[in-house]
Amino acid sequence: MRRRPLRLAALATAALVALAACGSGDDDSDGGASGGGSTVTDADVQAALDKGGNLKVWAWEPTLKEVVTKFQQKYPNVKVELVNAGTGNDQYTALQNAIAAGSGVPDVAQIEYYALPQFALAKSVDDLKAYGAESLNGTFTPGPWASVSPAGGIYGIPMDSGPMALFYNKEVFDKHSIKVPTTWAEYLDAARKLHQADPKAYITSDTGDAGFTTSLIWQAGGKPYKVDGTNVTIDFTDAGSKEFVSTWQQLINEKLLAPISGWSDQWYQGLGNGTIATLATGAWMPANFVTGVPGASGKWRVAPMPQWQAGGNASAENGGSSLAMPVKGGNKELAYGFIKYANAGEGVQIRLDGGAFPATTAELKSEKFLGTEFPYFGGQKANEIFAKSAEQVVSGWSYLPFQVYANSVFNDTVGKAYVSGTTLQDGLNSWQQTCAKYGTDQGFSVK
Amino acid sequence: MRRRRSVTLTVLTGVMLVYSLIPLVWLLINSTKTQAGLFDSFGLWFHGDFALFGNIADTLTYDGGIFLRWLGNTLLYVLVGAGGATFLAVLGGYGLAKFDFPGKRAVFAVVIGAVAVPGTALAVPTFLMFSRMGLTNTPWSVIIPSLVTPFGLYLMWTFAAEAIPDELLEAARVDGASELGTFFRICLPLLAPGIVTVLLFSMVATWNNYFLPLIMLKDPDWYPLTVGLNSWNEQAETAGGEPVFNLIITGSLLTILPLLAAFLLLQRYWQSGLAAGSVKQ
Repeated sequence: MRRRPLRLAALATAALVALAACGSGDDDSDGGASGGGSTVTDADVQAALDKGGNLKVWAWEPTLKEVVTKFQQKYPNVKVELVNAGTGNDQYTALQNAIAAGSGVPDVAQIEYYALPQFALAKSVDDLKAYGAESLNGTFTPGPWASVSPAGGIYGIPMDSGPMALFYNKEVFDKHSIKVPTTWAEYLDAARKLHQADPKAYITSDTGDAGFTTSLIWQAGGKPYKVDGTNVTIDFTDAGSKEFVSTWQQLINEKLLAPISGWSDQWYQGLGNGTIATLATGAWMPANFVTGVPGASGKWRVAPMPQWQAGGNASAENGGSSLAMPVKGGNKELAYGFIKYANAGEGVQIRLDGGAFPATTAELKSEKFLGTEFPYFGGQKANEIFAKSAEQVVSGWSYLPFQVYANSVFNDTVGKAYVSGTTLQDGLNSWQQTCAKYGTDQGFSVK
Repeated sequence: MRRRRSVTLTVLTGVMLVYSLIPLVWLLINSTKTQAGLFDSFGLWFHGDFALFGNIADTLTYDGGIFLRWLGNTLLYVLVGAGGATFLAVLGGYGLAKFDFPGKRAVFAVVIGAVAVPGTALAVPTFLMFSRMGLTNTPWSVIIPSLVTPFGLYLMWTFAAEAIPDELLEAARVDGASELGTFFRICLPLLAPGIVTVLLFSMVATWNNYFLPLIMLKDPDWYPLTVGLNSWNEQAETAGGEPVFNLIITGSLLTILPLLAAFLLLQRYWQSGLAAGSVKQ
């Protein structure tokens, strides 16, 4: 649920992921229940929960703490060790290393949707069909459910989701009497008008963010990644990608984007003091506004995503993660019991109360959820917009089976478009080539 | 004798002084600000609210007081790691300086070569080796690599060669002292300035060690301060995570205080240690 530029740690990631990939191939994995094709019934899971045992969970999602507390109260024989083994990329590196080393593998791991195919294809996480996960199909909204089911399996249970919306600073918009954009063309105009009126203010900040770029291409109907087993196609010249490039290139050319990287202290500052006027991101953002930008409370509002076609109603997902079971972890029945409790059972409400955004249809449709007024957004019932966006997510999107690597080299390729004469399209092309080469080296057939 | 004054040198030294003090001043000033204050005030001056004591209290109690646990870990790594490294370097350096054995030149070449290899470059191979041995995610994975300091060994070697006259050892042997007795009763006091120097070097290296514990440790309960503070920083990059920039800054200030104290206390020893061997008597 978080994107950020390449860091020192990512340097090690590249090396270690490669090593881990080699290592996991030749080790015989004991697949537990999923290996023999036998299925685990709900009764087995319940028995395991009653019997108890130790469970190691690797996750950084903050609301899980409360879930673990309540879970242990309900099942006193179970002892859950919740470990924050790093956020996003750092955690994946750690997980790959543990899997390669064959020791210290957690029983449950948080894996973001964009990263899940990588673990699924390497058979590093269990196919939860063996545990009856198919019965949860209707429980979740289509976007997240599609995200956990790459290649015909079910490799995780959705924990949250990030249907996109446009967050905007109403105070800044009102001050310069700019209308809230409903299309990306209007967004471009608003960017020009705002920056002209106040040279310190920008419509948004962007220094190249893989998650954001892929999400916008997704919303534009682009499908640059096609994955069929080990056959992968990467193509950033399809209509959706071009749509995104044509608008975003103008924002870059006219220097209408604040050169501030997301999630930095400067970024939080910009969101607070009005120099960053909008943010198109996932529905989990309100919690970050409340804790990270407390000073701007009351100034921000939420609007539906600007559309690529006037009058359209397309949306996309940005961020979101699942809980999965690494193949080499232990306590399978217990682990599945915990995942189900956290993501499809009582845990959902606990996490909702903690500020998370659900992936479950029942919660997204409940009156209580939709009617929640956000004091931060001036009392706006923002969930109505998010829930609608969740229904409008364009279907058929898929990530690469090596998206973690792909995102780690985004700034070396596409990032150049933000700081030099390279065009966005050239940047995407070179990203495509770098990824294709890596994929081929990993044994995929990439076109 | 009056020394010549150079205006250029005075100015240059002044610039260097300001350059090295500004980060410290920045750290001091900004640890007095609240999270909101950090965002809407000038970086090198105070904000209206003076929140230093609140920040310190919050840093020590945030997330169940994990900061204190990290401080304890760092102290453990420094005591056992840097202390052990110094001990080994003293023993090895003394042995290499005062005893002859076949292959000594080869050892010298290896040590000199090892000084040139940065620890960061060894981190990944070390990780793979330790994970085979099942030692990752234990304090040993941080302590054992810290025990090896080729630079410390080399420093003790040259220092021992200069500081202990061979005649003294001869005399001790003639008087019938055992080799160990000679080492502990006669040589160790002579080596004190060198020992302090090596100790300070390995202390700083272990205290600031970041990359090795980062890839070795996954359990926050074993993090040293460096990795722990970074994990607080990463919270700001997580959906639903709470940015605690004021606590990170205050935590950094608290983190450097023990090192500052160590430097001020041991300064005079390590200065004489650095100069040892520079002039032939």
